[in-house]
Amino acid sequence: MSDSEKKKPNRRDFIVTATTAAGAVGVGAVVWPLVDQMNPDASVKALASTEVDISAVEPGQSITVLWRGKPVFIKRRTQDEIDSARAVDLSELKHPEKDEDRAKNPEWLVMLGVCTHLGCVPLNDKGDYGAWFCPCHGSHYDTSGRIRKGPAPTNMEVPKYEFVNSNTIKIG
Amino acid sequence: MSDHEYTPKSKVGKWFNDRLPLLTLANHLTDYPTPKNLNYWWTFGGILTFCLITQIITGIVLGMHYVAHADLAFQSVEHIMRDVNYGWLIRYVHANGASMFFLAVYIHIFRSLYYGSYKSPREVIWIIGMLIYFLMMATAFMGYVLPWGQMSFWGATVITNLFSAIPLVGESITNWLWGGYSVDNPTLTRFFSLHYLFPFLILGLVVLHIWALHVPGNNNPIGIDIKKPSKDTVPFHPYIVIKDAFALLIFLLIFAFFVFFSPNILGHADNYIEANPLVTPAHIVPEWYLLPFYAILRSVPDKLLGVIAMFAAIFVLVILPWLDTSKVRSTVFRPIYKQFYWFLVADVLILGYVGAMPAEGLYLLIARVATAYYFAHFLIILPFLGMKEKTTPLPLSITEPVLGGSADMVMARNNSDFKEKL
Repeated sequence: MSDSEKKKPNRRDFIVTATTAAGAVGVGAVVWPLVDQMNPDASVKALASTEVDISAVEPGQSITVLWRGKPVFIKRRTQDEIDSARAVDLSELKHPEKDEDRAKNPEWLVMLGVCTHLGCVPLNDKGDYGAWFCPCHGSHYDTSGRIRKGPAPTNMEVPKYEFVNSNTIKIG
Repeated sequence: MSDHEYTPKSKVGKWFNDRLPLLTLANHLTDYPTPKNLNYWWTFGGILTFCLITQIITGIVLGMHYVAHADLAFQSVEHIMRDVNYGWLIRYVHANGASMFFLAVYIHIFRSLYYGSYKSPREVIWIIGMLIYFLMMATAFMGYVLPWGQMSFWGATVITNLFSAIPLVGESITNWLWGGYSVDNPTLTRFFSLHYLFPFLILGLVVLHIWALHVPGNNNPIGIDIKKPSKDTVPFHPYIVIKDAFALLIFLLIFAFFVFFSPNILGHADNYIEANPLVTPAHIVPEWYLLPFYAILRSVPDKLLGVIAMFAAIFVLVILPWLDTSKVRSTVFRPIYKQFYWFLVADVLILGYVGAMPAEGLYLLIARVATAYYFAHFLIILPFLGMKEKTTPLPLSITEPVLGGSADMVMARNNSDFKEKL
């Protein structure tokens, strides 16, 4: 093939390119449903919110409820616990977050009871900060659920929630 | 490959073989010239094939009785144990079979490390082997989830959460793996599907592994190239077949001991408690065969780096043929490497031990030192040692040390192979 022939695309080159492009789109259109079927389905997404009655929770007590298959800690904190959480200097924290931002109503701390390291459920009233301790790989959390020591990268996550009335919290 | 052309004796055989040369393949496998000095460490290939077939057969049977549903799985396993005829036996063979499979594969891998079987021209065999090993770990992990006990559930949670360490897309990937926002029924059903599929992928890779082996032929305990066929080789059948069969029988004695006398010793009592997403067991440990990697994961205080270190510990094995710069294969002729080899064995055993212990205090310190040494062995010691080490003289052939006395220097110097290495 001479140089001039190489430079100028002919009709066959056009057909090859167009066929390849159409084929690639077709393969993508077939592969995507096969990949996406593994994502959370409609029935899983439908369970997105849950209402919890908190009237029986005494100060210092914590309850655990299931939301989207994960435990949610609802802790009614004592004044001491609130004070110790609020007294912490943000510069000491691995993942700096104010307690005021984590607990809108200081008495109630609502957060996912899932260690941000590898997903275990931390134990209550344990660890170096008298709050939560993850038994799997030794992460210590404070009374605001913030990571203080150990491998977890971030604080325990605060889900979207609201007080429907003084006795009910809606999570999600 | 056998050099001679094979023609079946019978007319029917010839007719068939002309259309599909299966008889030629069978003849190749029987006549396959094998180094005559292979020791018992070479019998684990056959043992591993046996393990894979055992897992597939017992697994297919268990699949007839097991129900892959979060509400029913735990009960169906108890149903297999109590109601199904010989269900207890089949499940115990399958569960302990996984451990036996890994026991054999670790011996097989360390055999390769000792005798340099991963070196040129056998790099592809080694890499396929590592792929098999990786798929084995994935299959075993997913199989352990199926009984839906506490260890199943929390093991699955911890391992799938490894992917959440990936920046930006980590959470999307874990939700995609789970089919939800936590390990739940969709996770269980897909794990069952893949746990059924992967052994057949492994089987396919085993065929490639053996095919790749039959191109250069077996390595051998002294690690030198041999002429095939020659007086240094024996045909695979009956010599190796009988030796493999004998080793398999001894292996089966150990296997049977576990199945019949302590079927649960390698498992965890917590897995006889049904999965509960609200309570994490006090002490989560993976199965024994994953402990060294688990120790590496936990020894790094940063989440993402811990996950990277764990996967790197496997990847470093894949590129081993290019990390070990020594051209002498067998450790028999590498006096310094021999010591480092045993250090590595000890290091991996120590990692396994601390992996089973809580990640705190002295255990954590030991895990960190052992992790550092593991990587140092492959990334620093092997490349430099290969360039510096003074190896002892290689014999000219397998028969030479036996028939012509030990390898003396004159003969060794005449060995062109050896000159290259000096």
